[in-house]
Amino acid sequence: MIQGAATRHPSTGLVHQHVIDDEIAQTSRAYEAAGAVEHQPRLDYAPYRSSLLRHPTKDLHHADPEGVELWAPCFGERDIDPLESDLTIQGGGEPIGERMVVTGRVLDGDGRPVRRQLVEIWQANAGGRYVHKRDQHPAPLDPNFTGVGRCITDDQGHYRFTTIKPGPYPWRNHHNAWRPAHIHFSLFGTDFTQRLVTQMYFPGDPLFALDPIYQSIVDPKARQRLVATYDHDITQHEWATGYRWDIVLTGGHRTPLEGDLDVERSDDEETSR
Amino acid sequence: MTLTTTTDAAAPALPTALAPTPGQTVGPFFHYALPYDGDRELVAPGTPGALLLHGTVTDGSGLPVRDALVEIWQADPSGRVVQRQGSLRRDGHSFTGFGRCTTDRTGRYAFTTLRPGAVEGGLPFFAVTVFARGLLHRLFTRAYLPLDGAEPDALLRSAGDRADTLLCVDDEGALRFDIGLQGERETVFLRWPREGR
Ligand SMILES: [Fe+2]
Repeated sequence: MIQGAATRHPSTGLVHQHVIDDEIAQTSRAYEAAGAVEHQPRLDYAPYRSSLLRHPTKDLHHADPEGVELWAPCFGERDIDPLESDLTIQGGGEPIGERMVVTGRVLDGDGRPVRRQLVEIWQANAGGRYVHKRDQHPAPLDPNFTGVGRCITDDQGHYRFTTIKPGPYPWRNHHNAWRPAHIHFSLFGTDFTQRLVTQMYFPGDPLFALDPIYQSIVDPKARQRLVATYDHDITQHEWATGYRWDIVLTGGHRTPLEGDLDVERSDDEETSR
Repeated sequence: MTLTTTTDAAAPALPTALAPTPGQTVGPFFHYALPYDGDRELVAPGTPGALLLHGTVTDGSGLPVRDALVEIWQADPSGRVVQRQGSLRRDGHSFTGFGRCTTDRTGRYAFTTLRPGAVEGGLPFFAVTVFARGLLHRLFTRAYLPLDGAEPDALLRSAGDRADTLLCVDDEGALRFDIGLQGERETVFLRWPREGR
């Protein structure tokens, strides 16, 4: 911390970035000193102020998944229109911004594809504004962009969206706080225990070091797993840039055994397990 | 990202080959994206056997969490795990076992559903997932049906004096399951054996 520097901004009353930076650095040093690898974000992460009263204070309780937990809800063609994966065609015209393709695979911890499963995304527009009544950022709404998409993975676990690169946006965690550009992802695996909501980021974002949500994943390699890779093979001639982002869902899944669970499945079941 | 294996010398012994993708908070802006028509009505209200499952999500100061999202996943009344499409586009008669509900200004969520049956001789429960602004990673728990004299299972026994946070209570024909993210009546949240910390 800078000697004598003010903690709070006089007019907003919010703490300055340097206060958050110090807290992030302190946790990071303690993590490195401890030497054990953590793959997930800390639930108790004070630099993200909204987490203070919303994190469990007791250790998560060990449980062996059973019953429905060994299965995931089934989604498919009945749930999704194929056009929902293209976020650039939902309005009457073309949305403003950098058109891009985001694609990748959803895998389980053993590297098996998560087949025919639901992927949902939502994001800000190119100006960093959400179509949400609580978003007060004075950036323009785009009449041709809602920022919501859905798709079902294919038999190899691939998902694919066409969208617009989202802009960074301000928030009130602290004074002059800005989120790095990101796309929110919601994922289902082959077991309910693999359920995941996360955020995908873009390579080289200058806001990474300043953002307490990204930094709540205290392991640098784990953080990097949320960053997509620019991929020129996905980029399309005179049309869209391309990014690749693969997703691994672990949770409580186990290798299914023959006759493990005697559950009848309906005609439209998936036969992946 | 590029897929990496968990071979770091200091890594905990994850029996999985691939390192998990970390979670992040659902944030404050999911309301126009994740909810959908019929998301909280696993069956249409008025369906024979329809049951209200409801409760309030509270934070560490006991205040309602107004921007949480609760999901349930359950067996049908006969204890069958349904693998049927249509959770996102309800057809009015196919039970899919999955539901999603945002909390309102009072922190309340409510599902219209059917009573889950016991799967494989276990106790009947709703598998529950909680997301919220301020919650950096989703939380799992179980909402067991009231025991009504049944023996507690291994999880309930191991939860000791906090086991009541895992039990629905009868509420004038409905089931009530409150979720405390933190504080005096903090819900027992679960972690799985193969999950990366
Ligand atoms: Fe966001």
